[in-house]
Amino acid sequence: MAVAFMIPGYLRQFTAGSNRVVSDARPATVGEALAALWALHPGVRDRVVTEQGEVRPHVNVFVGRESIRFTGGLGTPVADGDEIWIVPAVSGG
Amino acid sequence: MAATRQITVKDGDVVLLVGTMKGAFLLRSNSARERWEVGGPHFPGHSVYAMAYDGRAGRRRLWAGTGSMHWGAVLRTSDDFGRTWTNPEAANVRFPTETGVSLKQIWKIRPGRSQEPETLYCGVEPAALFESRDGGETWNLNQGLHDHPHRALWQPGGGGLCLHTVMPDPANRERLTVAISTGGVYRSDDGGRSWQPRNQGVRAEFMPDKYPEFGQCVHKIVLHPSNPQRLFLQNHWGLYRSDNGGDSWQDIARGVPSDFGFCMVMHPHDPETVYIVPIESDEFRCTPEGKLRVYRTRDAGGSWEALTRGLPQKDALETVLRDAMSVDHLNPAGVYFGTRSGQVWGSPDGGASWNQILGGLPPVVSVEAAVIGEPKPAKARGKSNPARAKAKKARSKAKKARAKAKKARPKAKRRPAARKKGPAVRKAKPAGGRKRRAAPHKRRAAAKPRRKAAGARKKK
Repeated sequence: MAVAFMIPGYLRQFTAGSNRVVSDARPATVGEALAALWALHPGVRDRVVTEQGEVRPHVNVFVGRESIRFTGGLGTPVADGDEIWIVPAVSGG
Repeated sequence: MAATRQITVKDGDVVLLVGTMKGAFLLRSNSARERWEVGGPHFPGHSVYAMAYDGRAGRRRLWAGTGSMHWGAVLRTSDDFGRTWTNPEAANVRFPTETGVSLKQIWKIRPGRSQEPETLYCGVEPAALFESRDGGETWNLNQGLHDHPHRALWQPGGGGLCLHTVMPDPANRERLTVAISTGGVYRSDDGGRSWQPRNQGVRAEFMPDKYPEFGQCVHKIVLHPSNPQRLFLQNHWGLYRSDNGGDSWQDIARGVPSDFGFCMVMHPHDPETVYIVPIESDEFRCTPEGKLRVYRTRDAGGSWEALTRGLPQKDALETVLRDAMSVDHLNPAGVYFGTRSGQVWGSPDGGASWNQILGGLPPVVSVEAAVIGEPKPAKARGKSNPARAKAKKARSKAKKARAKAKKARPKAKRRPAARKKGPAVRKAKPAGGRKRRAAPHKRRAAAKPRRKAAGARKKK
């Protein structure tokens, strides 16, 4: 069982340049999956979540094509082979 | 994306740290402060509301508080004037989990007193003070201020609920003053363990109670190290002075076109001199009458004068934000500010005259000036400058001596000497080189060998 994380450009400086990181952990939820990602690449954590562990307001996390904002947040279930996308929101000026 | 340009900094240079909504720029000049080398953009796309230079304990360290709408805020440092920056894996300024609070933005980085070279302060949004006692390696929330019962009642201003000013008293190690928008001025007299509001006499125009104990929207406070009991304050409406360390405040807004404004800086050598940039109204927030004017008091707020030479006095609807003004500590002092329209202005003569140093930047939100290492005397400039007159006289004397020596020497003797140096074609080069106008900082150096050469010929 494995999940893959799709890493956006800015965060690749913390994943040794990789745009796709595969974890062999067996996470049941997005929260557990992200914890596995932090273990592999600690620098990604504080860019994606606040010090209170919440996903930053202008960062979106998708499991497949679904944003976790609408599927249970960090408690969203994860299945074998899922791709988890970390995507900066289209915002700013 | 634009390539990042680098600057090369030498001891005695003045460096401007310019933070914008979309990155930082480093500007370098020699002590004449006439020409500026521009480096950047650093952190493109990230806002940089706070920058600082720490030259204590042999450091040459730049600090930047960078913020990204997406990826959060972090403190970063450079020990090579921006060629490389740290980007710590774990956010170095973070609220403890038990507070339930998350950092939004870094507003101020303030190196501590010179006798405490490992101490730094960091003001953030939501309003809180962080301290480091190990040169910036680790940062801790100031619990005394965070636990203050007023904290829950502070309200955000237009820029958010931020702690934007930190002023350690240079004479009293136990005293520390901070300013919060919108909370007001708070002071600790026990090294930061407990805090008291210090807003007596400061008007809160936007509140039903015009003189509350706290809740004022103070935009900036400054003090001079030689007189730390005297503070000056630019309020959201109102200019004030305190002669008792902030215990009470008196209105000093006489002779200004508006007492609204954001920035305020203290002259580095004169405790009576303060600079501001008045802004029109609470809603418009642009320079009054379309005139970009710096106002200066030289009598501690008794009167104010407009400084306009070189600044646009027509159709200049500008805004200078609270941290977008700074001074260097050379003599005469350099004064600098940046605008929301992306211009950087500077005065090398304490505000008497101004030049636009740079334009076309993203909105400027912070400007910090630093003199690197030991200051060097300003280069000779102006007709009345005695150093320049001396150099000119020396050059003239050398020229006359060369002409005299040329006349005195027979041709036959001169030619073999010239041939020894090289072929005729190359011989012409030095002459051409002498005619070429050297950079100002090289002119005096160039005059020296000529003088020696002329002297040597004269002896012959």
